[in-house]
Amino acid sequence: MERFRGRGLKETLDWPLIICYLLLVFIGWINIYASVQSAEPSSIFDFATRSGKQFIWMVTAFSLAGLILFVISPQIYESLSLPIYLATVALLVAVIFLGVEVKGSRSWFEFGPVRFQPAEISKIATSLMLASVMSQYGYRISNLKNFILTAAIILVPMAIIVAQSETGSALVYVGFIFMLYREGLSGWLLFMIGVAVLLFILTLTLSPYFSILALAVIVTLCDSLYHGKIRKWLMVMLPVAAVLAALPWGLGRLAEITHAEEASFIRTVRLEYFLAGAGLLSVPYFAIKAFRERSTFKWLSIAAFIAGLFLIFSVDFIFHDVLQDHQRKRIEVLLGLKDDPTGVGYNVNQSMIAIGSGGLTGKGFLKGTQTTYGFVPEQSTDFIFCTIGEEWGFIGSAATILLYAFLIWRVLQDAERSRENFTRIYGYCTASCIFMHLFINIGMTIGIMPVIGIPLPFVSYGGSSLWAFTVMLFIFIALVRHERRYFN
Amino acid sequence: MKLDKPNKLRIGLAVAVLIILARLFVIQIVDESYKTDASNNSMVYSIIYPPRGIIDDRNGKILVGNKIAYDLLVTPKEVEAFDTLALCKALGIEPAFVREKMQEYYRNRRRIGYQSVVMLKQLTPERYMKFAEIAYMFPGFRGQARSIREYPYNAGGNLLGYVSEVDAGFLKSHEGYSAGDYAGKTGIEATCEEYLKGEKGYNIYLRNSHNKIESRYRDGEMDKEAVPGKDITTAIDAELQHYGQMLMQNKVGSLVAIEPATGEILTLVSSPGIDVEMLADIGSHYNEILANPYKPMFNRAVQSAYPPGSVFKLVNGLIGLQERVFTPRTEYPCHMGYQFGRNRLGCHDHRSPLDFEESIMMSCNAYYCYVFRGILENPEYGSVSEALDVWHEYVRSFGFGRKLGSDFPSELGGFIPDSEYYDKVYGKGRWKATNVISLSIGQGEIGCTPLHLANLCATIANRGYYYIPHLIKDSGDITIDPKYKERQYTMVDTTWFPEVIEGMYRAVNSGYNSGGTATIAAVKGLDICGKTGTAQNPRGDDNSVFICFAPKDDPKIAVAAYVENGSFGARWAAPIASLLVEKYLKGEISRPALEQRILEGNLLDKVKTD
Repeated sequence: MERFRGRGLKETLDWPLIICYLLLVFIGWINIYASVQSAEPSSIFDFATRSGKQFIWMVTAFSLAGLILFVISPQIYESLSLPIYLATVALLVAVIFLGVEVKGSRSWFEFGPVRFQPAEISKIATSLMLASVMSQYGYRISNLKNFILTAAIILVPMAIIVAQSETGSALVYVGFIFMLYREGLSGWLLFMIGVAVLLFILTLTLSPYFSILALAVIVTLCDSLYHGKIRKWLMVMLPVAAVLAALPWGLGRLAEITHAEEASFIRTVRLEYFLAGAGLLSVPYFAIKAFRERSTFKWLSIAAFIAGLFLIFSVDFIFHDVLQDHQRKRIEVLLGLKDDPTGVGYNVNQSMIAIGSGGLTGKGFLKGTQTTYGFVPEQSTDFIFCTIGEEWGFIGSAATILLYAFLIWRVLQDAERSRENFTRIYGYCTASCIFMHLFINIGMTIGIMPVIGIPLPFVSYGGSSLWAFTVMLFIFIALVRHERRYFN
Repeated sequence: MKLDKPNKLRIGLAVAVLIILARLFVIQIVDESYKTDASNNSMVYSIIYPPRGIIDDRNGKILVGNKIAYDLLVTPKEVEAFDTLALCKALGIEPAFVREKMQEYYRNRRRIGYQSVVMLKQLTPERYMKFAEIAYMFPGFRGQARSIREYPYNAGGNLLGYVSEVDAGFLKSHEGYSAGDYAGKTGIEATCEEYLKGEKGYNIYLRNSHNKIESRYRDGEMDKEAVPGKDITTAIDAELQHYGQMLMQNKVGSLVAIEPATGEILTLVSSPGIDVEMLADIGSHYNEILANPYKPMFNRAVQSAYPPGSVFKLVNGLIGLQERVFTPRTEYPCHMGYQFGRNRLGCHDHRSPLDFEESIMMSCNAYYCYVFRGILENPEYGSVSEALDVWHEYVRSFGFGRKLGSDFPSELGGFIPDSEYYDKVYGKGRWKATNVISLSIGQGEIGCTPLHLANLCATIANRGYYYIPHLIKDSGDITIDPKYKERQYTMVDTTWFPEVIEGMYRAVNSGYNSGGTATIAAVKGLDICGKTGTAQNPRGDDNSVFICFAPKDDPKIAVAAYVENGSFGARWAAPIASLLVEKYLKGEISRPALEQRILEGNLLDKVKTD
């Protein structure tokens, strides 16, 4: 009988994970209290203030967690993942037409005093759907059909969320690539995404010329590393690259010395076209080599180089015509291309001043001056980390971040140990989502990411977000517990 | 540990966390520029309030300007023991007040923290200077300059509206404001708030550990400059507005003047109104204003729906002509009124019969009963009810019965009845032309604002069209809605208007004893055309109504005057409007006796206020 009921609560629940969760929620709550400037000193339970409301969200979130742990059978998630996913996609579409407009995006449903954002549940639904599809027998990500299905599961909700003008929330879905990587996606794809971001930034901050040069260096370096010809690369490509890198500077000097006119060739020549042209001309040479050596990697390198060139020359177009004004501004401010001390730059600066002024130990609970002054925007939601940084200092903020790191690490650990593919994949999805939120949100407040308005999981004010992350995490905890009851 | 994919991801996680921690380490511990010093509160934000935009009149005279006043700020954390009496003497306040305030700050010390709070508002520069001389004795007290409103002319109190500190309700419904800000609450200050308010800025200072301000934070790099509000040019003529207010003093009613060629409102008086003296310091006069039985906050010119009285005959005449139910030559008899069934709508004594022009000149009631019956019983329409709806459409095309769409807030639409309305009152099919005959002379179920009447006058002056009346003009980078520059035609052909104008001309310029009802309004050389009205007021004496425009052939000004309980139109409204026209066109008054009678006239006792 004992065996049949499986092992008890104490042994099967992942207590460190739950305690970590509770700590983060509590940190969020007291910092929401600290960040809200109220006319009268009020109790943390005052339901008219945000801290009081957050308390209601917390109690309801805990009830949801209990429901997931003790009432709902963890076995239903796999079978229900498709209906849940379809219903969520339907909700995402519906909110565009039926939702209320909040800060320029239509992504919220409003029921009386309660607002909720379908994009929050869609992360859970997508994770369940991915876990269910990818854990099926015979699934292999290298199979094109499977890959396309997987990509579609991620891209459909992502595209709808972009259509709601919630680009920030959509960006979180990029995090699923980490899970895909774990499940067999080639690491080169991850690498190429990194290179693409680098090229984008180089093109904007330096020039297309340097960007092309960097592309050529990276592609040839990878190719030589792959074929073990690093020596030859160091002898030939590196000196060439160094000379080419000095070329624009040399031309500038030459123009100065010869007192070339404004319209003269030296001053107007567009070097990037020459470099791109030279690169393309050498493509047939490499193609013949690839053909002779029967090297797939060489073929892929050539493809990557051409794709990279294409990206570099379309950066201008993407930046000015695809991105919206405010998005462009945020990136410009982040890269230091433009000062915008009254707008976006102002927010980031104020946020960094608030965090920076915390110093090592912080100013103490409720003693923050920058955040309570109202100079930091969205203090209790997206910029809640400012309050933590200001009032608790480096010690407090580092501790918070380490708590997150522990939480994510623990989820990964549990996922790896799990016997069920479904649990593992779902765990990786959960970890990816929390990580993306964490990195984007905190990155934004300390000026290493553009301003993207997404909440800090468990900590930011708001019921929708707290509920969603609680449900997401506790479904995972329930799945793990279910396994531990009978195995292990 | 083997380097498989899960471990690579863990390394990635560690790297990302290290990046964040390193960055935090830099901005929280290494980089001094993000830091404030040991006292932990060394950044002081000093808000710079932008000067509010100036409101000019049409001739560039300043209606609303700015002057400097000082708020006295206290930072309770910095206050040391001080000489209360010296402070009170300098500021001209009671020691008890200071004590009470300091106790209040102590009670709220946690909420206030290191912030500054406002102790006294709007000190005059003279008063503030007395304090500034001895300010060194009072650490923690400092002054903050801010600009407050100043009114060079006593003109247009209600129109301009007031500016006051935002309250909790306002903050909830408006973005971009914070406690302590000022915003326009009524009138032009409210409608043009977007232009006028400007943008706040701030300077950031650093304090040393003795709480003395020592330097600019980052040499002012992070400071934000205040952007002054934009100036507004109104269509108001300051002198004329002021004169209009003088004429209307001690009377209840409105006086509106429009430039017909543009629709610009030259003058808009609601009497009794708010003195600009009160506007500047609305807070301390607020109760007094609320207690005033004549409701000075209530802008009668756009918010009061009155019966128009005989002035409305012009509209009915034009509709009748357009509908061909009579011609300008048609003569109707009148013997002290119009008999229908056992009822009678009375008229005054004048010769009979009259043609159309004479009917306007002498304001014959019977004539318009014939005309209106003609309109309602027009065989072209199936029924009286259908004909009334056609009439209703005509009247609406003059702007009546709906908001004109002026740029004045809280404009009232008034009321013009249609068949649906009478169906409800009498029952469907149970009413006929004679039931609603009082509409013919502008009585009964008609409500229109003085602005509507002035607009009617401008429409007639323009021979058939109007521009939506408006207060704000194009200026600088402010462009008004293009709708204010479009002609609005009525449904009556422009060819009929000269007939009406001739009648209005004769009403004023036919000479004494000719039977013209408005001869008192005549000014030599101005060719004023006008129409009197005497509207019944169930609460006492009739209302005195008059509209006029001048000069006849090149109208520069169209005026509507409405004086509650002023009896005949010619008694008060006509002279007031006429004097206003004369003042505008000639700049001086040729009839000092008449002017004196109007300025001294007091009708307040006749107005019931309960």
